[in-house]
Amino acid sequence: MAQLFFYYFAAVIIVTAVLVVALRNPIYSALSLLIMFFHVAGLYVTLHAEFLAAVQIIVYAGAILVLYLFVVMLLNVKREDRYHSQSPVGAFLGLCIVTEIVLLAFQPGFSSVPAIIPPPTPAPFAGGISSQQGMTETTSGNTETIGELLYSTYLFPFEVASLILLVAMIGAIILAKRDLGQGAPSEP
Amino acid sequence: MIPLSHYVMLSAIVFTTGLVGVLIRRNIIIILLSVELMLNATNINFVAFSYYFHNLAGQVFVFFALTVAAAEVAVGLAIIIALYRSRSSINVDDFQLLKW
Repeated sequence: MAQLFFYYFAAVIIVTAVLVVALRNPIYSALSLLIMFFHVAGLYVTLHAEFLAAVQIIVYAGAILVLYLFVVMLLNVKREDRYHSQSPVGAFLGLCIVTEIVLLAFQPGFSSVPAIIPPPTPAPFAGGISSQQGMTETTSGNTETIGELLYSTYLFPFEVASLILLVAMIGAIILAKRDLGQGAPSEP
Repeated sequence: MIPLSHYVMLSAIVFTTGLVGVLIRRNIIIILLSVELMLNATNINFVAFSYYFHNLAGQVFVFFALTVAAAEVAVGLAIIIALYRSRSSINVDDFQLLKW
């Protein structure tokens, strides 16, 4: 059952990712990216990351993609959009990287990673940053453990992330403002 | 149980799709969408490793990647709007001011 879900999600993710790149209309690309975000959220649920699945849908599908659609419809581009002239080189490069990674992943040393490490032995993995708090005990929920981790071990990166959001907000307003400095060049 | 290498391969395929999209498309909005594809590929990797090694740090890093993605989209779309206002085009071939 888990395999069925995984292969369904993986197939839809790959197909919609290719469609994002291949489709000509930017609105269709954005909508297929929306489908991909939902299926990535489903993949997170099968990996027991329910909080991230919810955040994925709310932030990516709810905020980021709506922003994209706003801009696509605001710019209202009617021009024919063709591929770049270097597209054969890019496609060849991508094919090379994909075959490389797949060959690497099929090596015997790589795929012999145990299918799942048994949870009741948290001691052997104590080498990471979060030796005590990072180990999840699935008795309490996913959201509670993430919140605890975020506000104890990763408190400083959390504050830095809020600062990044503030800087992005101010930067977006400054960049998109029309008459800043000597005025808008070439009003349409 | 699905082996971890399948997740890694799925992530690699999605990442390479995004990379090819950045390389071959001319529409600058599609290029930003391809960057989103690459970020999502890394997020899949993070969550898969976090599940298989029973360490929640991966999920916390996905959270931070999400924050940076939101910031990147806001600033990137503002830059696109400013570019469209000055050149009335979103084709990357028209933005060659910094070339050579």
